[in-house]
Amino acid sequence: MIPEATFHFAGLLAQAVPLAPGSHNILHPGAPQGSHIEWLYWFIFWILLAVYVLMIVGFTRAGAKSRVLSREPLPISEYPEGDRRAKWAVGTAVAITVIILFVVLAISVATGKRVAGMTTSKNPVTISVTGHQWWWEVTYPNPQADQTVTTANEIHVPVGTPVVVLTNSADVIHSFWPPSITGKRDLLPGYSTAFWFQVDQPGVYRGQCAEFCGLQHAHMGFSIVAQSVSDFQAWQQQQLKPAAEPTDQEVARGRAVFLTHTCLMCHTIRGTDAGSRVGPDLTHLASRKMIAAETLPNTTGALAGWIVDPQRIKPGARMTPNPLAPDDLQALVSYLRSLQ
Amino acid sequence: MEPLREPIRPLTLDVSGLPSVAFGEHNTTWLANVFYMTIEGMMFALMFATYFYLRTRVQHWPPGHLPPAFTYGLANLIVLLLSVVPARLAQKRAPSGNLRAIRIGLAALSAFAIVAVVLRIFEFTVLNCRWSDDAYSSAIWVLIGLHSGHLATELIETLVLLVMSFTPKMEGTRLADVAINSDYWYFVVISGLLMDFLIYGTTRFL
Amino acid sequence: MTESIIEKDRQVTRLTPDPELPGRLERTWRQHGGIWGWLTNTDHKAIGVRFMVTAFIFFLLGGILAALIRLQLMRPENSFLGPDAYNQIFTMHGSTMIFLFAVPMMFQGFGVYVVPLMCGARNIAFPRLNLLSYYLYLGGGLLMWIGLLTNTGPDVGWFAYVTLSGPGFSPGHRADIWAQMITFTEVSALGVAICLATTILRHRAPGMTLNRMPILLWEKLVISIMVIFAMPAVMVASSLLLLDRLVGTHFFNPAEGGDVLLYQHLFWFFGHPEVYIIFLPGASIISTLVPCFCRRRILGYTPIVVSVIATGFIGFGVWVHHMFATGLPQLSESFFTAASLMIVIPTGVQFFFWMGTIWHSRLQLRLPMLWVFGYFFVFLIGGLSGVMLASVPLDTQVHDTYFIVAHFHYVLIGGALFPMFAGLYFWFPKITGRMASETLGKWHFWLFFIGFNITFFTMHFLGLRGMPRRVYTYSPDMHWQTLSAIASSGVIFMTAGVIVFIVNVFRSRVAGEIAGNNPWGDASLEWATSSPPPAYNYLYPPTVNGRDALWDALPDQPVVVGLRDDIRETLVTHSLDTEPQHKDEDPGPSIWPLLASLTISATFVGSIFTPWAIPVGAPPVIITLIGWLWPRGHSPTPMRGRESWSH
Repeated sequence: MIPEATFHFAGLLAQAVPLAPGSHNILHPGAPQGSHIEWLYWFIFWILLAVYVLMIVGFTRAGAKSRVLSREPLPISEYPEGDRRAKWAVGTAVAITVIILFVVLAISVATGKRVAGMTTSKNPVTISVTGHQWWWEVTYPNPQADQTVTTANEIHVPVGTPVVVLTNSADVIHSFWPPSITGKRDLLPGYSTAFWFQVDQPGVYRGQCAEFCGLQHAHMGFSIVAQSVSDFQAWQQQQLKPAAEPTDQEVARGRAVFLTHTCLMCHTIRGTDAGSRVGPDLTHLASRKMIAAETLPNTTGALAGWIVDPQRIKPGARMTPNPLAPDDLQALVSYLRSLQ
Repeated sequence: MEPLREPIRPLTLDVSGLPSVAFGEHNTTWLANVFYMTIEGMMFALMFATYFYLRTRVQHWPPGHLPPAFTYGLANLIVLLLSVVPARLAQKRAPSGNLRAIRIGLAALSAFAIVAVVLRIFEFTVLNCRWSDDAYSSAIWVLIGLHSGHLATELIETLVLLVMSFTPKMEGTRLADVAINSDYWYFVVISGLLMDFLIYGTTRFL
Repeated sequence: MTESIIEKDRQVTRLTPDPELPGRLERTWRQHGGIWGWLTNTDHKAIGVRFMVTAFIFFLLGGILAALIRLQLMRPENSFLGPDAYNQIFTMHGSTMIFLFAVPMMFQGFGVYVVPLMCGARNIAFPRLNLLSYYLYLGGGLLMWIGLLTNTGPDVGWFAYVTLSGPGFSPGHRADIWAQMITFTEVSALGVAICLATTILRHRAPGMTLNRMPILLWEKLVISIMVIFAMPAVMVASSLLLLDRLVGTHFFNPAEGGDVLLYQHLFWFFGHPEVYIIFLPGASIISTLVPCFCRRRILGYTPIVVSVIATGFIGFGVWVHHMFATGLPQLSESFFTAASLMIVIPTGVQFFFWMGTIWHSRLQLRLPMLWVFGYFFVFLIGGLSGVMLASVPLDTQVHDTYFIVAHFHYVLIGGALFPMFAGLYFWFPKITGRMASETLGKWHFWLFFIGFNITFFTMHFLGLRGMPRRVYTYSPDMHWQTLSAIASSGVIFMTAGVIVFIVNVFRSRVAGEIAGNNPWGDASLEWATSSPPPAYNYLYPPTVNGRDALWDALPDQPVVVGLRDDIRETLVTHSLDTEPQHKDEDPGPSIWPLLASLTISATFVGSIFTPWAIPVGAPPVIITLIGWLWPRGHSPTPMRGRESWSH
């Protein structure tokens, strides 16, 4: 069980990073596809509400007008004239039902086509999202290996540009879901499917894994940072660089700690000997706003707490506790905070 | 408890003259057997669908294996098809209570079933794959395993009826059971035919 | 009223009452007493009650799990339950409610008790198979719950998707226990389906042609057929999962040519019909109660029957709507959207005809009917939110969120639980001989209705605000805590309501108003005999003159005579026109179902731990089955074997 204090602490820290309004809400979309779906929701909702009200009024009226306050079972009655009219009413109701269902079908298929089909001719940005228990591996593939961006959990996209997502899973079924942008797509092991989205307004949009994937399914969030095209390209260029070299002694000591402990068994920091792909790429860890898949803010304190005992925050996570000496821990965190 | 209120002097529908045994589709055990064959038929259909579905997931079929060798399978198929004869004999003669014909039919059917089981054991050894190799192998083994379960069950049921036919119990409804047993045997033959087609036939051209 | 079909070509006489008959029938048909009697009881009434009571206990256990879930989710970052405990609890909640409560209560419990009585039969067909089905159900439930109590509870969700539930990511035996529980309960449901379908087709009272069958019998027949076609799919899914886990097959291992979507197709091919297997019994209870409490025949008998059959068919054609987020081809998505919308029509037809029946009637709003109105209010919301889910783009947003949780609780609780309480209060007098308290029942209704809506209506909003399913906690930044707390508060009312129900049952059983044969004035045959019925159900098996048996009965409606009363003789009639065909013999109480269930259970449970359990367990199973099927030579007249018969 996670001690309450840790969560209060993490929660306090997390509140320092406010979520943009409408960033994780189906009815507050921040992108065209989300808007199409929201429109569809309200269209169908009002129709269904009208149907429900009519039905309830019908049942209430039927009950009220026919009610007899007597306890003993009354004799059986027949209502040939009333039943004749009632059958016509039922037929009409069935016809109206069929029409409504057809309308819903047509509008739904039309909306589906609009959501699924790319209409723009702009060159899409392609990203590959691979689900892991319990984090998101994100790469921006490029035929040239040194032009391929690899990061985790925080996805940057340029506004006004279609983004094609190629799905994958390294272990179990996950589901990639940014509610304010578009609907979800499952990440299936053994399959790679493609879908696309586009964001027109800059901002940070949150998402969360939406297919039960084990112990820390609840703590598998991600964010989509939509930026202007130039900001996005700057971000991309920065991500392609190898890790920043240490500028002072403590940071250098931190790097040495990293390379002599179990960290390099799971994590990559390009420009060093650490090249494992088991866990998230940390080359530019400091450029991300959150850590542990949107669970903790990327601050010194949270990072230290996470490194020392990830199991207290995400019990079952694949990262072991690392009981480091305080000096080593401080140096390591300084190093990691330098990896912009 | 209230005293029963029966209808006062109602009319009567006298069924005392009705027989106490029914044959063919009137027998309720026959109906239960139809339901049972439907259930097991669905299981087979779903396993067939699984097999074909898995085919769509790889390039070559069988993937990295030789197809199962069909020598024993072919022999077994012939045995199964021939076994229909004693099954039909027992089924036709059972309603009239012809114990001799029933015994011969059931004994012959049991013999065919034993041969089929023995051949089936050999079939397992020449599948050219192990169930834990890959999904294809798993499907082949489960297909033949599922059918083998039915084959074994039918063998035991036929033997039990054969033993019963030498006791005074083989009368009345038990005669109907002999006839119904043959229906189940036909199911085993047909499902075996389809299963053989899948594992010996489609592995060579799909 | 049409002329009775029984009259033609038959010599009819008037019945001469025989005062000794009840005693003889009682001696012939009674079960044994004591513990042995309990273990060998093949009376459908006892087994039906057993199913209902056991299912209700599992309902309470599943409800406790739900309360634990809501306690955990009341506050963000709550530490009441850790992720491992939470995952076991929500998996057990869903699995218990679907497999150990909904089907055993709605289909097996009500079906086994009511159907033979409604047919006018003395017992269910294949009574020992019926008893075996109960034992296997109990075995499956015990397996899973002992698993939970030993920290081996399944923790992969009630549908246990691969690869999470596969050998790579679920070590230990938790998922194996889930898969074998499926095997137990699925075999149990199949057994009861065979019993009910045969009873309905072959043991109906003469005169109860298909055209005159009560809607409840039509529905149970359709459901039985659905069970026969649907259960094999989950058997295949869970068995292949077991094989992957236990002996190293690769059906669901993508690395070796296996496929994760194969599991989903197999599972949901069962899973969607399953929810109709749960919903249709509820609808059948509504179609039974509405005409009774409206004091009139139901409007639209034929369209309703056709709708029930259509629902059964179309229910098999919509399963892919559970997989809309997997990235299927658009054509396939459109087809399944259309089919999922189409299935609304037959349900709508039933709703319209129920409304039409009430519209011109004299409605007596007794307690069961209150629950029927609750059903209308609640199920409709669930059904309409289902229309939203049929739309692919909408579904890609709300799938796997609390919107879905809200939807299926509205259709399951509205569609099954409300009719269940209606049916329990309705048949309570028949089962126990006493009336349940209307006052307590009304308290029960309102507490439950209010609590249910507080909890589950709120969940629609949580889903729209992006809260996914199956999360053991959430951050305070998500602004889900207020709604979550509201949702959790409804549990108090629902719990109070259920407690009132339990109190009502226990009190009314001993102190309730004595019920006569037919306290509600209903039309079907179970009300033609005493409350509770004697062991032999009917002194003389009845015949029927119309769709509403007791309302259409002639003053001298014929009864069946000529069945022997010194052995358990039953009448078998033709499936369509119920012409009497032949006589059959009920096997009476038997220890074999218990013995067979013990050997079968040992084999199933053993196979979780080693594949050798199959070859080792099979011989005892075979022996018990042979013992079961070996005829007992107790027939008093050797002539029976040498009767002549036409064939």
